[in-house]
Amino acid sequence: MGSIQLQHVNKSFGTHAVIPDASLEIKDGEFVVFVGPSGCGKSTLLRLIAGLEDTTSGQILLDGQDMTAAAPAKRQLAMVFQSYALYPHMTVAQNIGFPLKMAGMDKAAIDAKVKEAAGVLNLTSYLDRRPRNLSGGQRQRVAIGRAIVREPKAFLFDEPLSNLDAALRVNMRLEISELHHQLKTTMVYVTHDQVEAMTMADRIVVLNAGNIEQFGTPMELYRTPANRFVAGFIGSPKMNFVDGAEAAKHGAFAIGVRPEHMAVNKDSGLWRGTVGVAEHLGSDTFLHVNVDGLGLMTVRAEGEKQLHHGDVVWLTPDPSRIYRFDKDGQALAAA
Amino acid sequence: MATRQTKALARAMMAPSIIVLFVWMIVPLVLTLWFSFQRYNLNYPERSGFVWFRNYYFFLTDPAFLQAIGNTLILVVGVLVITVVGGILLALLLDQPIWGQGIVRLLVIAPFFVMPTVSALVWKNMMMHPQYGIFAWISKTLGLPTVAWLTDYPLASVIIITAWEWLPFAALILLTALQSLDEDQKEASEMDGANFVNRFIYIILPHLARAITVVILIETIFLLSVFAEIYVTTQGGPGYSSTNLPFLVYVQALLNYDVGGASAGGMVAVVLANIVAIFLIRIVGRNLDA
Repeated sequence: MGSIQLQHVNKSFGTHAVIPDASLEIKDGEFVVFVGPSGCGKSTLLRLIAGLEDTTSGQILLDGQDMTAAAPAKRQLAMVFQSYALYPHMTVAQNIGFPLKMAGMDKAAIDAKVKEAAGVLNLTSYLDRRPRNLSGGQRQRVAIGRAIVREPKAFLFDEPLSNLDAALRVNMRLEISELHHQLKTTMVYVTHDQVEAMTMADRIVVLNAGNIEQFGTPMELYRTPANRFVAGFIGSPKMNFVDGAEAAKHGAFAIGVRPEHMAVNKDSGLWRGTVGVAEHLGSDTFLHVNVDGLGLMTVRAEGEKQLHHGDVVWLTPDPSRIYRFDKDGQALAAA
Repeated sequence: MATRQTKALARAMMAPSIIVLFVWMIVPLVLTLWFSFQRYNLNYPERSGFVWFRNYYFFLTDPAFLQAIGNTLILVVGVLVITVVGGILLALLLDQPIWGQGIVRLLVIAPFFVMPTVSALVWKNMMMHPQYGIFAWISKTLGLPTVAWLTDYPLASVIIITAWEWLPFAALILLTALQSLDEDQKEASEMDGANFVNRFIYIILPHLARAITVVILIETIFLLSVFAEIYVTTQGGPGYSSTNLPFLVYVQALLNYDVGGASAGGMVAVVLANIVAIFLIRIVGRNLDA
């Protein structure tokens, strides 16, 4: 069991409220990702759940029990840090076994558990090494191993992949997702990378300046963003926003169109523009088009499309995929 | 880029300083060795010439010699224990966020800047003096008999004074080591269920191992040659009860005017220092390997 509930949690440093008022309910076994730009309070929120920071007001419930004031060790949560936080003077086996040793488990039982965890994480041949003799990905796995041996109620990941190179990051992303399917334990995962959020999460919490902007499944956030911030943050490349007269035609303060929801045509269309940089990725081509009167827009075209810097193109947004926002950035219901 | 040319150039550039250092060390050593084989007493200038190992024989069979070796080792070990244990405790305290942290740290470090003769004088006259000393005042106030520290516990007194001088050094080195401990590691161990004692034993102490090694090695070098503290306070007495090897050499050279005997003592001290160094490097030096 591992449900996590936040009720009107507030965290302030002095008069500055890092998290003004957050309420959230994470169900048992869910993989929830906190995502947001740096400094949005997502790590603080995770640390509040872990008990490494004290809440200023509000309540944190684990499995329905009030744990707001409990020490980190009492909460039965395991955390994987961005820096891995391995103990440098201990071997891999000692690192993984440390929480069990602290729990007073006997040596034989610890050994068995460590072997089992090492087997799951492909660390069996590294058990006698010290962290400094491991690669980044291996260290990451040791940190995860140290978390899983405790059989915690929930795993907390604090940007665990940001110190890895791009190829390894994709690998570890898959491994963590796979681990979640095996263990079926609640996982809370903090990242600033919306691709990680979209690919791994059951549900995503989008945070901005300490406020929860939206909480929903990846596709909900993609299809029906609650406001302009979520619309801009989820999806890659970013959504294009247009305000002024063009938006007024749709009865909104601003409208947004995703790059993949626009058609590109060389002869005719709604908006005329000049191609700036064209990024040919093979599968797709991202065109940065300077639209007359509307500014720079990003458009996705088929990978084989041969358009180059300076070409004149016409863009036509899919009318059913135009998002409308009011003056405060809140989404308006589809017209 | 370690090409052959740059290596040769590096050697040539370093040669002057290495030659100066080498001469600086080897000339006094050879002279001392030379004098140690001579009959050379300033009181009897007419008696001279080679006596080979007679000076060594007299120095090593002097009943004061064994006592001095013992005192030297007790002094070194005693001060090391006090400064390392006390230094760790002080460093743990100073690492806590407190009001006036800067001033507190400055005060703690201050004793290290007081020269040994001065601090020994201060301890002798202000702290340990059986009539006007603060210790005497405290025991009088409490209605206890006063202790004549320098007469009754001479070696312990010297250890206390020297430890007081070296405690700041140990605390400072250990504090900087403590501050370099990764915050995430502390938090991870907290999540792993380690209480303060376990965190100290399994996380903090291993992290400090290297700094402790440095403290032990550096302090040992200086503690083997403690002199001013003894000269100012007990003069090695009563009897030879607080005489260490350097002080015994001083007694030979400048009180008995026996240059030959003192040189022999000096050579013995060099050998002793090297034996201690070898043991230390064997025992704690491996902590320095990265």
